[in-house]
Amino acid sequence: MGLGPQLGVSARNRMTWRDKIAHISWPMIFLIGCIASIGFAMLYSAAHGSADPWMDRQAARFGVGLAMMFAVAMIDLKTLMRFVYPAYVVSILLLVWVDFAGEVGMGAQRWIDLGVVQLQPSEIMKITLVMTLARYFHGLSYEDVGRPLSLIVPTLLVLVPAALVLKQPDLGTAGMLMMVAAAMFVVVGVRWWKFALVLAMGVGVAYYAWNSPDILHDYQKARIMTFMDPESDLQGTGYHITQSKIALGSGGVWGKGFLQGTQSHLDFLPERQTDFIFTMYAEEFGMVGGLVLLGLYVLLVAYGVVIAVRCKSQFGRLLAFGLSFNLFCYFFINTAMVMGLIPVVGVPLPLISYGGTVLMTVLIGFGLVMSVNIHRDQRIGRRLGNEDA
Amino acid sequence: MGLGQAGLTLALAGRLYYLQVLQADKYKLLADENRINLRLLPPSRGLIYDRFGLPLADNYPNYRAMLVAEQTSDLARTLADFAELVPITERERAKIMKELSRNRPFTPIPVKEDLDWEQVSRVEINLPDLPGISIEVDQKRVYPFGGIAAHLLGYVSAPNEKDIEDDKDPLLSLPGIRIGKNGLERQYESPLRGQAGQSELEVNSVGRVIRELAREEGTPGKDLVTSLDIGLQQFVQQRLSAEYSGAAVIMDIYNGDILAMASTPTYDPSAFYRGLSPAEWQQLTSDEYHPLTNKAIAGQFAPGSTFKIATAVAAQQVGVSPAFNVFCPGYYTLGNMRFHCWKKEGHGHVDMPGALQHSCDVFFYELARTIGIDAIAVAARELGLGDVAGLDLPGERPGVMPTRAWKKATLGQSWHPGETLINGIGQGFVLATPLQLCVMTARVANGGYAVKPHLFKANEPPKADGPSPYPKMNLQQSWLDVVKDGMDRVCNNQRGTAYSSRITIPGMEMAGKTGSAQVRRISMAERATGVRKNEDIPWRQRDHALFVAFAPVHEPRYACAVVIEHGGGGARYAGPIARDMLIETQRRDPARRNPNNEGGRREMP
Repeated sequence: MGLGPQLGVSARNRMTWRDKIAHISWPMIFLIGCIASIGFAMLYSAAHGSADPWMDRQAARFGVGLAMMFAVAMIDLKTLMRFVYPAYVVSILLLVWVDFAGEVGMGAQRWIDLGVVQLQPSEIMKITLVMTLARYFHGLSYEDVGRPLSLIVPTLLVLVPAALVLKQPDLGTAGMLMMVAAAMFVVVGVRWWKFALVLAMGVGVAYYAWNSPDILHDYQKARIMTFMDPESDLQGTGYHITQSKIALGSGGVWGKGFLQGTQSHLDFLPERQTDFIFTMYAEEFGMVGGLVLLGLYVLLVAYGVVIAVRCKSQFGRLLAFGLSFNLFCYFFINTAMVMGLIPVVGVPLPLISYGGTVLMTVLIGFGLVMSVNIHRDQRIGRRLGNEDA
Repeated sequence: MGLGQAGLTLALAGRLYYLQVLQADKYKLLADENRINLRLLPPSRGLIYDRFGLPLADNYPNYRAMLVAEQTSDLARTLADFAELVPITERERAKIMKELSRNRPFTPIPVKEDLDWEQVSRVEINLPDLPGISIEVDQKRVYPFGGIAAHLLGYVSAPNEKDIEDDKDPLLSLPGIRIGKNGLERQYESPLRGQAGQSELEVNSVGRVIRELAREEGTPGKDLVTSLDIGLQQFVQQRLSAEYSGAAVIMDIYNGDILAMASTPTYDPSAFYRGLSPAEWQQLTSDEYHPLTNKAIAGQFAPGSTFKIATAVAAQQVGVSPAFNVFCPGYYTLGNMRFHCWKKEGHGHVDMPGALQHSCDVFFYELARTIGIDAIAVAARELGLGDVAGLDLPGERPGVMPTRAWKKATLGQSWHPGETLINGIGQGFVLATPLQLCVMTARVANGGYAVKPHLFKANEPPKADGPSPYPKMNLQQSWLDVVKDGMDRVCNNQRGTAYSSRITIPGMEMAGKTGSAQVRRISMAERATGVRKNEDIPWRQRDHALFVAFAPVHEPRYACAVVIEHGGGGARYAGPIARDMLIETQRRDPARRNPNNEGGRREMP
């Protein structure tokens, strides 16, 4: 990617529309387009060769999402920062709301029915948490980060939504929130021993959670238990993962061919249009197809990291890095779970799994990363003022 | 951080390699096991024919109405509409409901079996108004002659647990399969059954059939052509049906073809196909006359005077001259025991043919005492007594041909001289099946060849004049001629015991031997006041009436044996039946008729 035109300080902070459009990262859009196309193809296959009921709707949402992505990419970072804390508060409120009034799906409360759309606040939280942490750490100096007291606020910022999500109960999303947050803590320079402390506490909490019926539901425990020994419960919870492994393994190197996946088309594979879509993809396109898709994701994540490194403001850096890591967590957890490496926790495959909120938030996330790329030379002071020299 | 992500991504790639390359074969197999369902295709069962190609056991199409629950929106309505066309009983309705609740909605459930043609057409015409209903056809086993050959054909019914355990053929686990449980159906079960075909079906996770991937038709069962002449069988069975209980066999003396074998009372074999109700089963098994038993091979009777044939042959075998002469005063004394002749007044001087003609007991007492029981047993065994005849039918019983050693071994007692006398006239320990008596007569009539009876039709054409396919036994023609002469006189001499039952049609005359086997002890007191007539005593105590015969007398071809259980005197009750059987046989002359002119079928290997 070429360097932007060298501009003066005041000019840097007042980019024209033309400049912004010129800085849109087209390779990134190309990668997104590739992955989304694979997604459309798989939704077409999941419906046994029909655009209805999944592909057409997903494509429409993708169009809307792309527009939102471009819109978000145009917003400059400073403006964004003003909306971060209010957005965080709104997200928390939505999480509280979903805990009390959410729609029950798969034994968990995850959706808010807004009439026209169904909203998953936990997905929104993934983006707003990254923004919030980026905003908070932006205001800290390197020395501040070294002080344990200054870490109390961001830790709370993470734990409150994580607890609310866990309460839904959505183990996967809660885990992702914490992993992304931890990664951002490391990037801002938090010492390892502090992590060890938090980790020890985490283990304690996990132990408490395991033994407390209010926090971890039986079905979540069962999922973890069947993960340890999937063959033990072939008709029950182990069924999903066993069938998924059969589908993957039987795909072989080159796969069974588009629309030819027997496991998915004969309904042996559960949730083939959502959480287990990677399995269907790898059954039909084999290991080669699977590696190509993983490669596309890695490129997309790497692109985000490069954008983060090149950004001159701490907020932009952390934002781009956090969102890239968020994307990594998404595809890693999803693929690792369908391959039987980790428990089935219900994390979708970004840009591919059927589901509106995830698609929207992921695309808005990419919009934010693009905004960071466009406004990478914008310098922002700790107190939100223009920083000169 | 970047390194960590790269490492995790590599772990994913490695996992993909492990699953999709290293373990691919294992998972491919599992995926195929998931989606491929093997379904057995039952082969059609081989038919059983009589010697002229008439089907005795046939497969008829069984039209049945099936219901697929998911194809109708209103199940109760469909069933009600169907019931208007074809009535459904309450019991059937309950069964349908049970099947519906037990199966998945796409599984076809039989609604009504065995629809007749009119019902099928009525349903077919109304199919558009009967969503979910379809007509399917499979096969049912039908015995067109019903009880006429029930004991020979046996029957088929669903295999029980033991059958499935003993026979590893996967066909047995197929619902609706029937296997031979008795008679020829059981004897030739394996060739009749054939080999199952296989259909490879692709199914989804709930078992719905998506499509057929491959189909391999099975091998249908081989047809069995029997030696039976069903027309003759029908005649014999009906002729016998006037009696309470009895059996009759008629066979070709040269090639061993069983032309007819009847046992009365009989039963309807198709009842077993349907499945008997407990009450029906109870009735069949508790019947005093044992309708389920094939008495021709499983009924063991004292042969009575018919055994004198064996004693006469045995005597000549050990060198007794046919001119051997005995004076019969009506009784015989051994030590301090007195043995009576059936004729109180005695027969006077009799030789061997004369003794057979009059069935003189005293002559044979003397003959038996002279040669001893073991010598009698040697000849009797050669004639086919005391061991199974080896008929290709399950359930044959061996009868008893006693010897000294036999008594020692089974009863632990030494032989009593008086027992030689009793057994020499076919009473006492000696027991024979009607089939054995028929074989004995055949072996005498065919000149001493060890003919063996069989029900499947022999491959070679009958050889009346050429060399017999059976080995010649140690029986000289001259000895047999003496016996045949005696048997000729039994029927054709005015003073023979069966003269009244003779065949008067020229060229069809028969030779035979009567037998009345006593089943009760006649006390001295009764003898003094006069032996009671069979008609005056209860059925169970009456004599068995027996008759063995061959015909035509000068050019023998057919041998027959008739046993009427507790029938009374052999001459009076069994003789006429044998006569009618032999007349009918010779009139039809199945052994000399060319079956190929009448639609003969390919034969069992």
